[in-house]
Amino acid sequence: MTSDRIRTAFAIFFVLGFFAYLFGPLIIMGLTAFNSSAFPRITPWECFSVEWFNVLTQDAKLLEGLRNSIFIGLGVVVVAVPLGLSGALMLTQVRERIRPWYYTIVISPILVPGVVLGISTLLFWDRVGTMFGASRESIFYNGFFLTIIGQATFISAYTMLVFISRLQRFDTAQEEAALDLGATHVQTFKRILLPFLTPAIASAAVLAFLASFENYNTTVFTIISESTLTTFLAAKVRHGINPSISALAVAIVALTLFGAALHEVYRRRELAAEKESAKVAKGEQQQRKGRSTFFLDPAVVIIFLVTVAGLGTAYFAGTIGLDECKAEVKAEKKRITEKRIRERQQKSMFQDAGRRVGSGAPAGSPEKTDKSGRVGTQQFDNLFNTDNLKGQSGTNETSAEKKERVGTENFEGLFAPDNLEGTENPTQQQNKEE
Amino acid sequence: MSADVQLDNVWIRFGDFVAAREANIHIQEGEFFSFLGPSGCGKTTLLRAVSGFLDPSEGRVLIGGKDMAGIGPNKRPTALIFQNLALFPLMTVWENIAFALEVRGASKAERRKKADELLELIALPDQGEKMVSELSGGQKQRVAIARALAAEPDVLLLDEPLSALDLKLRQHMRTELRAIQQRVGITFIYITHDQGEALTMSDHVAVMSQGVIEQVADGTTIYDRPESAFVASFVGENNLFSGKVVEATAEYAVVETPSGKLRGRQVARDGKTQLAAGDDAYVFIRPESLKFVNGNTFDNQVTGKILHQEFEGNFWQVFFDVKGIDKRVKLSMVNDGRSISHDLGEQVPLGFNADLAVALPIGDLAAE
Amino acid sequence: MTTYWQNFFKKNGVALATYLLVSVGCWILLMIILPQLFMVDFSFRANVPPPQWGTDAHYYTTQHYNYMLYGSAQGQDSYNFVDLSVFGRTILAAIFVTLIDLALCYPVAYYLAHVAQGGWARLMVMSLIIPFWVNELLRAFAFKIMFGSSGIVNNFLIGIGILDQPFDFIRGGVALYAGLSYAYILLMIFPIYNAIESLDKNQIEAARDLGSPWWRIHKRVVIPHTKPGITSGCTMVFMLTAGALAAPQILGGPSSLWFTQIIYQAFNQAGNWSRGAAYAIILLATCIIFVLFVMRIFKVKLGEIAR
Repeated sequence: MTSDRIRTAFAIFFVLGFFAYLFGPLIIMGLTAFNSSAFPRITPWECFSVEWFNVLTQDAKLLEGLRNSIFIGLGVVVVAVPLGLSGALMLTQVRERIRPWYYTIVISPILVPGVVLGISTLLFWDRVGTMFGASRESIFYNGFFLTIIGQATFISAYTMLVFISRLQRFDTAQEEAALDLGATHVQTFKRILLPFLTPAIASAAVLAFLASFENYNTTVFTIISESTLTTFLAAKVRHGINPSISALAVAIVALTLFGAALHEVYRRRELAAEKESAKVAKGEQQQRKGRSTFFLDPAVVIIFLVTVAGLGTAYFAGTIGLDECKAEVKAEKKRITEKRIRERQQKSMFQDAGRRVGSGAPAGSPEKTDKSGRVGTQQFDNLFNTDNLKGQSGTNETSAEKKERVGTENFEGLFAPDNLEGTENPTQQQNKEE
Repeated sequence: MSADVQLDNVWIRFGDFVAAREANIHIQEGEFFSFLGPSGCGKTTLLRAVSGFLDPSEGRVLIGGKDMAGIGPNKRPTALIFQNLALFPLMTVWENIAFALEVRGASKAERRKKADELLELIALPDQGEKMVSELSGGQKQRVAIARALAAEPDVLLLDEPLSALDLKLRQHMRTELRAIQQRVGITFIYITHDQGEALTMSDHVAVMSQGVIEQVADGTTIYDRPESAFVASFVGENNLFSGKVVEATAEYAVVETPSGKLRGRQVARDGKTQLAAGDDAYVFIRPESLKFVNGNTFDNQVTGKILHQEFEGNFWQVFFDVKGIDKRVKLSMVNDGRSISHDLGEQVPLGFNADLAVALPIGDLAAE
Repeated sequence: MTTYWQNFFKKNGVALATYLLVSVGCWILLMIILPQLFMVDFSFRANVPPPQWGTDAHYYTTQHYNYMLYGSAQGQDSYNFVDLSVFGRTILAAIFVTLIDLALCYPVAYYLAHVAQGGWARLMVMSLIIPFWVNELLRAFAFKIMFGSSGIVNNFLIGIGILDQPFDFIRGGVALYAGLSYAYILLMIFPIYNAIESLDKNQIEAARDLGSPWWRIHKRVVIPHTKPGITSGCTMVFMLTAGALAAPQILGGPSSLWFTQIIYQAFNQAGNWSRGAAYAIILLATCIIFVLFVMRIFKVKLGEIAR
């Protein structure tokens, strides 16, 4: 039926549009990382360059923020993974009636807005600090301590969820068997429970680190005088952005893709090993002695090769011929600006001619059509020569007037906030480059 | 080393629910003892009380004469083989077996040696390096036994260990377990709902129902001389006639039933005769003890209409409708080449002797 | 009770039992409950610098809550239109964003769960996660770049002739709403997808066989089954949007101030921590009320929301 057909077409369209909405901004941002223009944009495209990645590695503040983020992330892992494990173990042992209450309390930090967590952590520990009369240098006012605690409050709930789901598949009879064979409780925990939980511990650790790394709402209140990568990025709003931010995004995505690919290979190998075990048990297959180590697995090797090849290509494409390209772009811009100025001169000359014909003003002295109403254009003639528009000739238009005229078309958004960061009009762009 | 186990007036309650009631048992050292009963009868609960995972609400558990109160499962001289085996999946077979020594701090060499010895015992000499998941069901069973034996317990506890195996394997393992027990010489306490297992393997059997130990005796006594209606109906198959006792002596009781007056042996309980004149009673007769009269004389005789015959190869099973009994009466006869000389629907006289019948007070019967 | 504790220590061994009690106790008490209580307490006290905390100068007052309503510590003359309107707008905008996300995600989730074929569907679902590997700040920046004067949106609109000059999307608030709708879409689509996926396809087939038009199928079969997923998604998106700080700071213009920004300013610029605490409590209370309200309306329990 055609209405079905139409609906299916519409559905596919909608879904494609959705994915475009989802990936579009990031793809665009990713592309801007490779455009040598000083403000992230993809049109006009100047030159393919990887220089912004370099800028990234040399931005001291950004690196400091990155270091702090990693440090805090590791701290959160150390705190949140054991807490999550305790929380999960407690859940299995708490009395039936208390269990829903316990669960609600422990999950609540996930539902609480991040800013509230940050504020409450800050207020609580600072208050405790004053109660003890601690100095400003003490731990109670330390941005790292507060951030780790504040983030761990809700990240422990995440890790707890990971452990809960893993524990559900645990056969408690194994613990009893170990005890029955003479093990102490500590031995049982170490030899039976912990090895079973190792995969969960690993994924909880990764989860905790990532959640901590990308956290902003809580961190911005608890970090006080330090900075993390996220608070650094947020501060950049005021100071202006350049494509190094896009470069950062690309780096993050690339790194994560790399990690995800490796993880997928790891997962497939584990599955294959399990299947093999089952076959051996059934007697269908002889036990194979060991298997190739992870790093020699063909899939892993391919991933590494592709990554290196990709990086190499990008590097070479971005650096070879870059200088020539940039010089060309600069020259092209100059040509365009000169052309525009000439066109406007011609236009204004015709307009003036028209007006002069009508009003009889003396030839050669252009009417002041500028909005600022400046008088005495003659004294500004010299300014014209020292103007950055080198190589201009021909008109005795003031530079101020020129800027005005050129600007009224292009300067609509002059006072828009984004213009304060990499500027967007060609004249000022030229200023920057020179 | 082996030890005896004694349950001294043990009660186990969970809130209002009584899982085990007044259990008094003495299990001899070195014997193979079974607890037999349907699911939920309390046998697993008693086992856990012996192994230390449960404390009795009342009464004492003594192992080797010592009161085990307050002693945890890791300190008792017992080893438990779980129903689902609970082998450690992340360890190899030999590591599983040697675990008991590992937690005692034995050196790797000692552990390996002991593991190899036990692998010989359970006839899996080359499987030490395998992971547990690579073993078949029967092999896992044996590894579980080896692991428990490595702890050198005085008492080995087995919780329905064969229930997950298929029929052939189960039968094979029955013999194996008995053989291992006799070789190692320690006390085995075995839990099952399968009477075949209990009767073939054990020196003594305790039949349990709803937390109560109905009877403790060796297999033959349990089968031939059940002390209660439950035991009579649970162990093996039994035909049941019910009525009132009209005559009772220490040896026999005569019960007036809708099918006629029937005489059966009395079974004493705790030394006391159970039935007196006027009591409600059952008379039980096993299918293999019921015979076609065919001109012979029997102490008891009833008439039955043949409903149905089944040929099982070594046995004929014939089913009758007897007046006054709801359930079909079953007769088993050995196939000695003769066929049944009666037709379906025929009213046939059946007979049995009093010595093979048992008269017991009425009580709960085993579920169908 | 004491037998419970005895059993607890016996079951776990003394070492582990103590560790469990201490760690969980610390977490619940020191990190979850006490800080919130302290914050509530703080919001009801006068604003004094840290050295004076706990002294008489740190007295109890409702001035900060009053301030939100009336704009000054004591007065009841006129309402604090600035703060109130910011609060109102934040909540309305959060609801608006939630509804947009719901409208976007429901069809896509349904399509992925029931219409798309196996391999493709799984691939697409997994690819949904990829944008969220990127930090929420960087994602906001991506929108900032896109909506700038020389960004792709403006270039496109100018190119097809709708606009003559670049439009300031940022000042107009469009960039912020687009960015916010984008930010938490993952949290809307996954619960709904999971819920729809668990619906037996046969039910839909049966309804169709019985002649039900597609919209009724959704209304009577799919949506009731998906309710927990929808409520979970809406709750999370609403709370995260109302409490968002990064996107408004990066994509917001002067006319789209967010309530969280006022809280932030109270801490960093006005130095009035008590008022900041009071406003934070108001935000928290709003979120809680919203969650309870949604749970009541859709008759969904808490356990189903916290996935």
